[in-house]
Amino acid sequence: MKISIMETILFYILAALIVVFAIASVSSRKILRAVIFLLFVLISIAGIYFMIDYSFLGAVQLAVYGGGVIVLIIFSVLLVHHVELELEITPLRKKLMAGALSLTGLGITLWAIYTYPFQAASADRTIEVKDIGMKLLSYGDGGFMLPFEVISILLLAVMIGAIVIAKGKKLNE
Amino acid sequence: MIEGISIYEVLTLSSVLFFIGVYGFFTRENLIAILMSIELILNAAAINFVIINTYLYPDFLQGAIFTIFIIAMAAAETALAIAIIINLYKLVSSVEVKDTQVMKY
Repeated sequence: MKISIMETILFYILAALIVVFAIASVSSRKILRAVIFLLFVLISIAGIYFMIDYSFLGAVQLAVYGGGVIVLIIFSVLLVHHVELELEITPLRKKLMAGALSLTGLGITLWAIYTYPFQAASADRTIEVKDIGMKLLSYGDGGFMLPFEVISILLLAVMIGAIVIAKGKKLNE
Repeated sequence: MIEGISIYEVLTLSSVLFFIGVYGFFTRENLIAILMSIELILNAAAINFVIINTYLYPDFLQGAIFTIFIIAMAAAETALAIAIIINLYKLVSSVEVKDTQVMKY
């Protein structure tokens, strides 16, 4: 019972961190701070993955998002902006419109979620890395061999594309 | 699954995160900031996949594997988008949405 209460509290702390830092990330005017708030959101999401015993996913989330994507975004911010630069203030009308639209969407989604009777399974299972690896490379029933290969091709194409696009023309041409 | 937390609470969290991302997508005028909002949206989708996998179908792995695919897609998308943004900055010296009206041809 004690562990259950602790997990509940931990989940609510993580949820509050995610929501607060996500709002800070989309509303902060200093872009570098917004990136750091986004990093906090991503790390808290990794915490949720660890809480439901998907340790592999949590590790991937930390490595790819916390280590890769955030560093890429910070690099591009530093290449493109001055560090002290502040983003333009969005007009209040646009903010209100976007807020109203998002709140309406949120309301509809929550209504759909809370009126649907989810049949939560009682069985609890820890997923191991081995299972995920076997499933990714199995070409039998329910295997994920083809999407795995497709995503490899996609990553290769993106790698080549990013190099070609970012190289661009030289400035004196 | 998390002890003492029902699926509704986690789905509420992911919906809130998703619509915060949508709000940022609408209000931001800077391309990099828009990219960050897209990351929030993708993460909300990933949480949904994982949570529905754990709570409703604990014997299957589909949600976890699709989350790995989502993370791979998001990383690829970020790399490509940042390449485009840097190239755009070379061309028009700005990454604001209102300044990017011209395509190559």
